[in-house]
Amino acid sequence: MNSKIQQFDFVQKRKPFFLVSAAIIAVGIVFMLLFGLNLGVDFQSGTNLDIQVEGNALTVDEASQIFADAGFEGTSPTVGGSDSNRVTNRFAEVLNNDQTTTIIETFEAKFGEGTVSYEENTVDAVMAKELSLKAIYAVSVASIFIILYVTIRFEWRFALAAILAIVHDAMIVISIFAIFRFEINLVFIAAILTIIGYSINDTIVIFDRIRENVSKTKKLKTFHDLATIVNNSIMQTLARSINTAVTVIFAAGCLLVLGSPAIKVFSLAILIGLISGAYSSIFIASPIWLEFKKNSINKPKKSTTEV
Amino acid sequence: MDVKGDLTQLIDKKRIVAFLVIIVALFSTMIWTGPAMLDDLKLGLDLKGGFERLYEVEPLTEGQEIDAQTLREAAYSLERRIYAKGVTEPEILPEGTNRIRVRLAGVENQAEVLAILEKTAILTFRSNLGCEDGEFCNDELIGSDFAEGGASVQYDPTTNAPYVSIKLKDAQKFYDVTKKIADAAEEQGLPGLPLAIYLDEEQISAPNVSNGIAGGDAMISGSYTLDEVKDLVSIINSGALPVKLNEKYTQSVDATLGEESLEKTAIAGIVGSVIIFVFMIIYYRIPGVVSVITLIAYIWLILQVFDWMNATLTLPGIAALILGVGMAVDANIITYERIKEEMKSGKSILSSLRAGSRNSLKTILDANVTTIIAGIVLYFVGTGAIQGFALSLVFSILVSVITNVFLSRALLHLLIRSKWVNKPSYFGVKEADISEL
Repeated sequence: MNSKIQQFDFVQKRKPFFLVSAAIIAVGIVFMLLFGLNLGVDFQSGTNLDIQVEGNALTVDEASQIFADAGFEGTSPTVGGSDSNRVTNRFAEVLNNDQTTTIIETFEAKFGEGTVSYEENTVDAVMAKELSLKAIYAVSVASIFIILYVTIRFEWRFALAAILAIVHDAMIVISIFAIFRFEINLVFIAAILTIIGYSINDTIVIFDRIRENVSKTKKLKTFHDLATIVNNSIMQTLARSINTAVTVIFAAGCLLVLGSPAIKVFSLAILIGLISGAYSSIFIASPIWLEFKKNSINKPKKSTTEV
Repeated sequence: MDVKGDLTQLIDKKRIVAFLVIIVALFSTMIWTGPAMLDDLKLGLDLKGGFERLYEVEPLTEGQEIDAQTLREAAYSLERRIYAKGVTEPEILPEGTNRIRVRLAGVENQAEVLAILEKTAILTFRSNLGCEDGEFCNDELIGSDFAEGGASVQYDPTTNAPYVSIKLKDAQKFYDVTKKIADAAEEQGLPGLPLAIYLDEEQISAPNVSNGIAGGDAMISGSYTLDEVKDLVSIINSGALPVKLNEKYTQSVDATLGEESLEKTAIAGIVGSVIIFVFMIIYYRIPGVVSVITLIAYIWLILQVFDWMNATLTLPGIAALILGVGMAVDANIITYERIKEEMKSGKSILSSLRAGSRNSLKTILDANVTTIIAGIVLYFVGTGAIQGFALSLVFSILVSVITNVFLSRALLHLLIRSKWVNKPSYFGVKEADISEL
């Protein structure tokens, strides 16, 4: 209201921001169509074996040789961990108990009893696909209820703009995962759900301020009046938007950098999603509401049938 | 001035004392209950080690129907077998119409437990009377003929070797069957004929029968170790699994890797929280300190709720909690920014607090109710992992509102009304930014 640096015109520059987001999502979709998503073991039948050898560094060749000794020729394991002692291999077939035991015993034979620990992940691809579909379905139903609530408490334009912002955030994360070929696993779905929860929360706070400023304003006749309200509302909540974004990004950043490898995918998705969520509340959701609302200003009588 | 000053001084002290009492009470409770609660917290297998396996249930025989009843029976049978192996707190969850999820945390002898799980364990005694050479084609005694829970470990009195003794429901029937075999042997001029004991399609022994056995006890002997005998007994006693299990999904985490994940994630959580705390204090000063107190209370209370609900904490769960800290911080930030705004518009600290609290409450509630609605829908529409996520989302929002809206406000009110916190700079507001009203 009274600060001097507040003259950034978010609304004026909405088109470039729409374009940037649209471009990222478009490139993401092209990548998805051309190369598909890098689906992890959860989405393909097979077994993922993650073996850690205490106190012994390995090379890829050594690991591959041990798998061959255990009866699995032609594997292409990866070796990681801080001491190069963590072997990961993906088997296109589903390993049964005996096969897993054989592999672990072969490793133990080479490095000594009790030095080998492992994680096993086996799936039937149907499960992951089912869970993804179920998640999409659940989110769709949830969106309907969000639209209902926001329509009752605010108005339908806010509801629609908020949902578009959610879709935007989910799509941005999926697109970036598609473009950089980050692996997608089941936990990724939980991450997308978290992002959606955060995004709606973040957007509603700015909408609440727009609603408040609209109700305070008597003169609401031109596009310029609306644009001023949106700009002011964004500006008034900007400190909150930035501070909240900074704190959650700190938290997600710590998880990504310090957390266990098992949640790297989760943390990365959350981090991208949080940035996108904070961004979309200001640069996507609010301008979209403006786009919807300006029609009701120009043609006040037909407001609800337009758009 | 003096009298007035003394009066306010008196009120000040009361409020400050109340503030301190609340803080001390809060922290003593957390320190008092914290360690026991953390010990008690059920950790998921990704943190503790263990495995999860999802089975799809298929009919064993043609025409058999898989319904909720069969599914429950199968789950019950699995549960007894797992208990028999000494595994504590197994989770065996029938899912949908044809799935069973088995979740075992902290199991050391995984391979063994898995091996006994998938046996359908249909016990039959078969004879080869009138069969092709070497085949046992006649089921003489089937599952329903054996007494429930009638298998036990016995020791041979002379050699002390363990064997399995099986009680039959009808001693006469067992006598008749053995007599029939003995008679057939006599007819063929043999000393005896075998009565083979099958577990599923696996012949586990084929003792010769030379005369009718009275008393209604059958025995399975051989060169078994005591452990093998015990396994056999528990498989037989837990009853046949009425269905065929197909493995659909397995996740197995070694205990050491699980611990490492827990440790790393916990450290990440602590570092992340400390960064947030420092940020809040530097940026918001006194309210920032209040928010740190309520954020710690949030973490404690949400873990406590998890503990009460007997919910299992998994890696994504912890991550969601850390994110929940972010959401709880948001409630504080919204309130403090609003209070700062009111102060900058020239209001007194106390009326800024009132106006700021009132105006921001609506914002926070609308934002959180929207998210809770999403969570509730996800819970009712979703399955498995989605439900778990939805549940922790809803609870973390509720707990966050309790601690970071109501508790946070109560504490801030006490401090401000004590008039001890009486400068805008304590809120991170510069005098220069305050406009004249």
